[in-house]
Amino acid sequence: MPPVALNKSPLKRLLDEVGPVDQVAIEERVAKFTTRSIKKSSKVWGLNLVVSMLDLTTLEGKDTSGKVESLCRKAIRPDEFVVTPTVAAVCVYPAMVTHARRCLGDAKIKVASVATGFPSGQFPLRTRLQEVKQAVRDGADEIDMVIQRGAFLTGDLQRIQNEIAATAEACGEARLKVILEVSELETYDNIRAASFLAMAVLRPGDFIKTSTGKTSGNATLANNQVILEAIRDFYLETGTPIAIKPAGGIKNSKQALQFLIAVKETLGDAWLSPERYRFGASSLLNDLLMQLRKQQQGVYQAPWKFSDAFSGY
Amino acid sequence: MLAKSKAKPSSTRRNTVELLFGDLWEFDPAPELADPKLKESYALFIDGQFAAPRSRKYFDSINPGTEKALASIPMAGKADIDAAFQAADSGYRKYWSKMSGNDRGKYLYRIGRLLQDRSREFAVAESMDGGKPIKESRDFDLPMAAAHFFYYAGWADKLEYALPGANFKPYGPVGQIIPWNFPLLMLAWKIAPALATGNTVVIKPAETTSITALKFAEILQEADLPSGVVNIVSGAGNTGQLIVNHSGANKIAFTGSTEVGKAILRATAGSGKGLTLELGGKAANVVFDDAPIDQAVEGVINGIFFNQGHVCCAGSRLLIQESIAKVFVRKLKHRIASLRVGDPLDKNTDIGAINSREQLQKIERLVEAGVHEGAALFQSSCSLPRRGWYYRPSIFEGVTQSHRIAQEEIFGPVLSILTFRTISEAIEKANNTAYGLSAGVWTDKGSKILKMSAALKAGVVWANTYNKFDPSSPFGGYKESGFGREGGKQGICDYLKVS
Repeated sequence: MPPVALNKSPLKRLLDEVGPVDQVAIEERVAKFTTRSIKKSSKVWGLNLVVSMLDLTTLEGKDTSGKVESLCRKAIRPDEFVVTPTVAAVCVYPAMVTHARRCLGDAKIKVASVATGFPSGQFPLRTRLQEVKQAVRDGADEIDMVIQRGAFLTGDLQRIQNEIAATAEACGEARLKVILEVSELETYDNIRAASFLAMAVLRPGDFIKTSTGKTSGNATLANNQVILEAIRDFYLETGTPIAIKPAGGIKNSKQALQFLIAVKETLGDAWLSPERYRFGASSLLNDLLMQLRKQQQGVYQAPWKFSDAFSGY
Repeated sequence: MLAKSKAKPSSTRRNTVELLFGDLWEFDPAPELADPKLKESYALFIDGQFAAPRSRKYFDSINPGTEKALASIPMAGKADIDAAFQAADSGYRKYWSKMSGNDRGKYLYRIGRLLQDRSREFAVAESMDGGKPIKESRDFDLPMAAAHFFYYAGWADKLEYALPGANFKPYGPVGQIIPWNFPLLMLAWKIAPALATGNTVVIKPAETTSITALKFAEILQEADLPSGVVNIVSGAGNTGQLIVNHSGANKIAFTGSTEVGKAILRATAGSGKGLTLELGGKAANVVFDDAPIDQAVEGVINGIFFNQGHVCCAGSRLLIQESIAKVFVRKLKHRIASLRVGDPLDKNTDIGAINSREQLQKIERLVEAGVHEGAALFQSSCSLPRRGWYYRPSIFEGVTQSHRIAQEEIFGPVLSILTFRTISEAIEKANNTAYGLSAGVWTDKGSKILKMSAALKAGVVWANTYNKFDPSSPFGGYKESGFGREGGKQGICDYLKVS
């Protein structure tokens, strides 16, 4: 028999169930990650790991097949001098999936596609699911979906959960990344609650992703931490490992390493892998390469020594 | 709402999944390389001059991280203490008592700025001499020490607003004795309000941590502070006794152990000397079941492992509501697994070296007593450096009120965990101690915070945070934790005779 919930909104019930997050204290906690000092071989190891975790992204209205092609070449061979791992995936709009798949050839790089009416999600479920199925048919290995933030804030949680479940089903073999768009959920309590809401219907290895990169707020160490802690609690409770992808706003190596330190100290070694952690970023890669060349050659190279086909610096 | 996930867990699986905090990504050493500018041998600072001790005795200050001697420290004897009080008296009569508050404030501002200028150098010296991690001396001790000088500099010309309508005057020369856990910060806590209110000072740093105090004398010279206003004398317990019993001391301010505090109270009784004592603690950190759990875990970790637990207000007793005890302790253990113990000068070190061999032995003795009395010990499995005095972060489960580890101050990285069922039980257990310096409350409910802060007999009650300090906030104890307040407006009153 379900428990009696007197006059409680579904959102309040969910918040009670997953417990609160203290804003001041969690921001203090993540500030400590920024005081870690990563040097020498540990730095090189970390930078290479970040490269291997990259979802190299282009999501612009002005994307062309030429742009996507140069992105894919960069994904396969990030730098002409430094030997690095390939990136984890390239992330494009659905219309570019076929093209990206072709450009990547037999490289072991995934094609990820945003879908479900990205970035707003304000479209009928039927067309959103069609989008997903089409992208998978075209060769997408991973689907980045957005949730209906409006439905979350009004407390229509069942709808969100049903839609995530339906999208996961439409993905078939493809992995799903659920974008919470944390800046529109506004509070850490809400981010934690939305994470649990999604995880309850995700499959092992599916992702929670922070942001679309299309709103004012992006991934921060603090909202990343809220999700890491939710994933840890869920894993210890159910045994289901959920992956995470912070996206937007991570522009340099130092920031990326701080996110990785948070992973190391919150979820441990098993999450230090592209299977469980990704970075959604476009301009980060060139900074990583600049740092890696510095480690190898002892001096910083000028920015124009790095291909700028897909980003400014 | 989460109904769909509830079908998945099976109890066997739940017990087998575990997080792995291993060495997949080890951090390379990241030592702080700033030069601490140490001397081989230090001198006493009396009457504005550096002077060899008339006692001709010296002792070594040991780096607890390596067990190597750092510098030779003078042991002040009777003649030195006489000279120091004589200087403090003439400094008071000739300069400090004649100076306006405005001018006293200028000196304090100057000292604060010079301390900021040399903060990295002082931070390294502090970590080498005392064993605390460089990130704490760099990010906490030094900025807070400077902040105290700035804060009291602002009060120096506004004393009548602190005590409206009252007649007050400074004590004159005062004797101050400070502990080894925050050597430079405690010096700032003592000197800044004393000077702002117009007193002059004879101050003695702790035996094991004299270097930053003697380095601080260089700053006083650079600031051109009139001679005799601050005199710094190093030494051991005997030197402290000479200060306490000296007829030139009109007030004694002491921070240290309850045992020594009681002796000072006896020694000064009937002498007419003013006295403030800031002594030991056995603080309760009370976590209710509605608390933000991960942040509470972090606060408990910070409460007990900050500065290796060498903190008089350390949250050394954790009181958890029974309904969340199991999950809370599991999270604590996960968090402890990622604490890095080691070289105090490494920027990634979370827990540094235990201040002295004696203190390490005391911690070991009390932990042994805890095991012997039947509490369950859990220690981090981290590796420790081969040389130096280190202790693993430790927690005891199944502790009751009658255990020694629930009553005695351990002053090390050892947490005793107790549980409670109701709010009244929490209050009773938290107050069941000889001490009353600080306490913490963790709950999402504001009204519970207000109730607890009134009911807990502690000088400071932190809510949803711990070890939070600010120069404007008074600090001090109840019961055997002492009396008098340091910091804030209240800290001024304790350096003035009010009539």
